[in-house]
Amino acid sequence: MSLIHLSRLLFAAMAIAWVAAATPPAFAGPYEDAVAQFAEGSFADSEEAVGKLVASGNPRAADIITALQDGRLYKDEDTKLVFIQAADGKISNAATGEAVAALPDNASKVRLNNKLRRTVEAAMAGLTLLSPDLDKRVQAAQQVFKSHDETMLPTVEAALKAEKNAAAKQAFAEARAAILLFKSDAADPAKLDAIAVMKARGDQDALALLTAMPTEQSAAVTNAVAGAKASIERSLAIWSLVQNGWYGLSLGSVLLLAAIGLAITFGVMGVINMAHGEMVMLGAYTTFVVQEAIRTHYPALFDYSLLIAVPLAFLVAGAIGVLIERSVIRFLYGRPLETLLATWGISLLLQQAVRTIFGANNREVGNPSWMSGAFDIGQITITYNRLWILCFTLAVFALLLAMLRYTSLGLEMRAVTQNRRMAASMGIATSRVDALTFGLGSGIAGIAGVALSQIDNVSPNLGQSYIIDSFMVVVFGGVGNLWGTLVGAFSLGIANKFLEPFAGAVLGKIAILVLIILFIQKRPRGLFALKGRAVEA
Amino acid sequence: MTPHILTRSLDRGAALFLVVLAALGVLLPLLNLLTPESSALHVPTYLISLFGKYVCYAILALSIDLIWGYCGILSLGHGAFFALGGYAMGMYLMRQIGSRGVYGNPVLPDFMVFLNWKELPWYWYGFDMFWFAAVMVLLVPGLLAFCFGWLAFRSRVTGVYLSIITQAMTYALLLAFFRNDFGFGGNNGLTDFKDILGFNIQSDGTRAALFLLSCLALAIGFLICRAVVTSKLGKVLIAIRDAESRTRFLGYRVESYKLFVFTLSACMAGVAGALYVPQVGIINPSEFAPANSIEAVIWVAVGGRGTLVGAALGAIVVNYAKTVFTSGPLAPYWLFMLGALFVAVTLLLPKGIVGTVNAWLDSHKPPPTDAADSAAREDGVIQPKPAE
Repeated sequence: MSLIHLSRLLFAAMAIAWVAAATPPAFAGPYEDAVAQFAEGSFADSEEAVGKLVASGNPRAADIITALQDGRLYKDEDTKLVFIQAADGKISNAATGEAVAALPDNASKVRLNNKLRRTVEAAMAGLTLLSPDLDKRVQAAQQVFKSHDETMLPTVEAALKAEKNAAAKQAFAEARAAILLFKSDAADPAKLDAIAVMKARGDQDALALLTAMPTEQSAAVTNAVAGAKASIERSLAIWSLVQNGWYGLSLGSVLLLAAIGLAITFGVMGVINMAHGEMVMLGAYTTFVVQEAIRTHYPALFDYSLLIAVPLAFLVAGAIGVLIERSVIRFLYGRPLETLLATWGISLLLQQAVRTIFGANNREVGNPSWMSGAFDIGQITITYNRLWILCFTLAVFALLLAMLRYTSLGLEMRAVTQNRRMAASMGIATSRVDALTFGLGSGIAGIAGVALSQIDNVSPNLGQSYIIDSFMVVVFGGVGNLWGTLVGAFSLGIANKFLEPFAGAVLGKIAILVLIILFIQKRPRGLFALKGRAVEA
Repeated sequence: MTPHILTRSLDRGAALFLVVLAALGVLLPLLNLLTPESSALHVPTYLISLFGKYVCYAILALSIDLIWGYCGILSLGHGAFFALGGYAMGMYLMRQIGSRGVYGNPVLPDFMVFLNWKELPWYWYGFDMFWFAAVMVLLVPGLLAFCFGWLAFRSRVTGVYLSIITQAMTYALLLAFFRNDFGFGGNNGLTDFKDILGFNIQSDGTRAALFLLSCLALAIGFLICRAVVTSKLGKVLIAIRDAESRTRFLGYRVESYKLFVFTLSACMAGVAGALYVPQVGIINPSEFAPANSIEAVIWVAVGGRGTLVGAALGAIVVNYAKTVFTSGPLAPYWLFMLGALFVAVTLLLPKGIVGTVNAWLDSHKPPPTDAADSAAREDGVIQPKPAE
């Protein structure tokens, strides 16, 4: 450390002597010397100069380094003057900041090479380390953490001392530790401290730095590194489990949302609705239309667009569901295979209708501000839209359960499902209940579309991608049982995400499909089968 | 025994079908090969390939009708067996390219060279021999159907559940075949074929021969199906379709019957796929798409399920309509028409074209009405003619 300092001092002294000899000694000082050094022309000199500029702490340093970075810095080797050409073409003297009419004739650009470019980037980070803006400081600290450039150490230490904010302080401490890890002449205790800091940080970056450390170290340091690495790897493994669990929950909520309407139409009514996915699609397109209307007429309401879209999507999809039930499905009760074919035809019709009206391309559906962004818990990142969808799904599920349990329509639905003729003789208008149940299932699919429009492409094919998954969820969970659908969706979602790291996304999905096919062999009626006479009906 | 089966399985409609098929199978290639291009009677080669494609679809429809119309098994994954047969043939054709590929590798197909593979994966061994590929065309779909059916029928997965898991099966295969590292050409599939058994695949003669072969395969498939459904076995199948539990209680091993007919049907679908591939010149994973399988089911429904002739007819009619509409200015409306067709057939024409015509003919015949016959027709189900 001291050696480097000494050589630097020597060099600086030499430079000063040199500069002093060549130019009128009107200004002298570390800043001015550094600026003048750019005029020497060699890359090594420029690099030296950048370092000294940063150390000088002069407010104009940032301008000069930016100019250098952008190729707007000019030098005159005869007069040893350095000029900045501003973005608008105005010329100024770099050292003094005074405006100059024009560049001297023999002025040339200060050239950059890759090594110098890296130094310049690090230097910019060093300058922003002292920025009054908190975000910039933290960002700069993270930059230094990644580059662990030794020359930044004094600046980082100065910044660490001056820092008041806890988060920034931590960032500086980590940046300092990163530098110390790679500093060949750092003392062992300092390195051990640095390793402890890395261990506390405990993320992938820290692990990477520890792995990249030079290998010639004292025994104590080597041991500490090994220990820290093991500890970080352990904690990362745990966090990746948590992460997979969260992804699984998130996927499960999407599956549940898509399948929950099907659990009503297929599970409760026994109607195979292949057009279910298209109900989801209609919900997504309703969201699109609502957002378009809001964009053109009431831009201020944009954050509420989803809240407006939810009831509308329910109504649109529900109404179309009732229409389908009244016009087609009611003639096909008791002929499930024909129902399947007819509803497949309806799904083609709906898809093509949407394609004709809105075009075949993806439509842009925006995220409201409260749904965009993310936050961190430990080592995992949770995006707000996934979180909201999970909450929304559970809310819809709870509402649906309550509706079936506590409202008279729910009561009638359950009665018709369990024994149609008995229900009819008790005075329930079974065909009206059929239509409403189908409408309810479709409407919920529409609501699902609102949520899915936030994370998926809104295109006429949106529904297709969910239909097979939805059926798998309902069949896996057990037909006629909403709780089965819930458990089915979340277990499939989580299983899928835990398989993915081993098998890859596509193979994981195939594995899940194969597992379900095998599972159905074992339990043909799903996880939570209805028992009793209803089963064979 | 054999003449007995033949006479029993050939009623008037079936005989008419075979005669028309034979006439087409001979006449079209002749008109293509022997007439000059300027002649009004000349049939261009592209039409031969097009009709060849329809005939392959008809074989697929036949195989679906055998299980759906006569045994009540609605498979939404028959396109998978079709595509597997097609891939087996495609692999043979790929190996026949030899060093004429873009990269000129004598062993590896182009896509493997492109993926930087060094040697042929084990499951490509043997496909340079035609007999091996021909066996695989039957064996691979048959084996898959056997395993799948064995699992499904034994645990009594029936009705829509079976339909849904067959759909999941073909969907899983679709995803798998899309992968490059699966070794079947990924997204692009297998294409760029040069010749088959030494004959140039593009030449008029080969095309005509393939068309004739497809017609022959359809005729043989039809006869096999007729033989099955008019035999005692066929009676049991119909009993299973109409009342599965009752048949089981009568002492029949329902799952064995279903397994047999499902596997047979899958083999037929595989043959259809194998004949299809050289005529269209490509096989890619989109053949596994669940939509394709459902579309094949609607051909059967349009023609009339449980009539065999109707299935073949439905496949040809619907696909002809598809060709006409998707190539003209009406192309954007084709999916509307297809969707409407699904709905209309199930609602208004549950017996399909042939079924409705049969019913109409029956009702205009002097009545040997017996209660069972009319009851069956009430269900929208056409019984095959009793053996004479």
